[in-house]
Amino acid sequence: MSTGVSVVGAGLSRFGRQPGRTGRELALDAVNAALIDAGLAWTDVQVAFGGSDGAGLADTLVADLGLTGIPFTNVKNGCATGGSALMSAVNAIRSGSAEIALAVGFDKHPRGAFDPRPEDWGLPAAYGEAGLMVTTQFFGIKIARYMREHGISERTLALVAEKAYRNGALNPNAWRREVISADEIAAADMVNDPLTRFMFCSPGEGGAAIVVTSDAVAARLGRAVRLLGAAVRTRRFGSFEVFSPSIQGTGVPSSVSADAAAAAFAAAGVGPADVDVAQLQDTESGAEVMHLAECGFCKDGEQEAMVAAGETEIGGRLPVNTDGGCIANGEPIGASGLRQVHEIVTQLRGEAGERQVASPRIGFTHVYGAPGVSACTVLAV
Amino acid sequence: MGRSLTGSRCLHCATVAFPPARGCQSCGGSTQETIALGSRGTVWGFTVQRFAPKSPPYVEPAGGFVPFAVGYVELPEGVKVEAVLDCTDFAELAGDAEVTLVTAHPVPRFATDRALAGSVRTGAPT
Repeated sequence: MSTGVSVVGAGLSRFGRQPGRTGRELALDAVNAALIDAGLAWTDVQVAFGGSDGAGLADTLVADLGLTGIPFTNVKNGCATGGSALMSAVNAIRSGSAEIALAVGFDKHPRGAFDPRPEDWGLPAAYGEAGLMVTTQFFGIKIARYMREHGISERTLALVAEKAYRNGALNPNAWRREVISADEIAAADMVNDPLTRFMFCSPGEGGAAIVVTSDAVAARLGRAVRLLGAAVRTRRFGSFEVFSPSIQGTGVPSSVSADAAAAAFAAAGVGPADVDVAQLQDTESGAEVMHLAECGFCKDGEQEAMVAAGETEIGGRLPVNTDGGCIANGEPIGASGLRQVHEIVTQLRGEAGERQVASPRIGFTHVYGAPGVSACTVLAV
Repeated sequence: MGRSLTGSRCLHCATVAFPPARGCQSCGGSTQETIALGSRGTVWGFTVQRFAPKSPPYVEPAGGFVPFAVGYVELPEGVKVEAVLDCTDFAELAGDAEVTLVTAHPVPRFATDRALAGSVRTGAPT
């Protein structure tokens, strides 16, 4: 019988632009914060997993943490880097190979949109020359189609972004801390219809780390949050992803987020209706809308009324992205998945300060990214 | 050149792919036949590229950047192909608009009937 797994420590670096600081330094800040939070020392950690998309190798952090000789595996899994690192740490505990494991993710992206190379995605150079290697196009096409099919309004997209900035203003660690009105968001420059500049997250900077342990160690440390379930999935046939030269199959595209969420809930033995607070990938505000349905929190189209009624606000029925999400914190690719877990752990412990949800018992995290990968967790106190 | 798109069909499960597949994404089958895809389809979804993409890799047209539409065209063979979409007004592309293949290279490009009739082109270089 394998042990249960608990989160005993969660730490973040500052998020947002930090000139003169390297991604590795942000990772070290996060690891040290997570260890302090857990009441552990680096020498207690028995196995580690981590990575960044473009800010260096996680296993080099031992040069500054201490050369303790533990196995430290680098993870490079796009937007799921943090989620995959956490999954590996969780499996190390479950297997009995370690009792204390660390997952860390970090990044430090330059200003502006990502500039992917067609060759890295198996596409001819012509796609780049024609202006099709632009990540934001995918999000625009997906939500535009979804809005037409399910009656989601442009106003809803603006309200979701408005919530992100409002929650960010309550989060001392957020990058964007200024409230922006839905009217201003809707009136901002159009990037890719129907998404305006203020509806998108920006590539950013930050590090996040999570310490997981066996039940026995968690009982000794206290303040533990139980990990009820976790799952990482890659896309199945018929999915629609960024930089796809085509979408194969007919009918509604498959959703890797739906697969990962269903697997995490099945492992946890609870369902979406049991969740009190959630973190959903909000690369742009349309993504949060669609992920509500893909992760099982509502039926397609119900988001229009949910958002209008404030159900996803901090005081609502299902608070979503209480820390401001990617829109207010930016998107350091390697860190985002673990930032989400940090926020849910903070909420479940009742330590979220001004943005605290009233007595949440069960929380959920969902990260999604290219080229069709998703990681979800279900956490509880 | 390029007045039809070349795709493939899996000899095991008949899944259609574009560009031609080495292995089938649906069944894993390794044997595909090359097929010509239909040149007329409907706009499954689209957006408008409102800002000039980063250059390189983007190559601006001779007259400078103008916003252009990009989306997926659903073809009768059962595959949706990413394409630049020519139109006289972006609103023409809404609601399952029918479009016709203009060129397959360097990337697929389709046009609405009005764009074809008026020879109006928006967007990236052909």
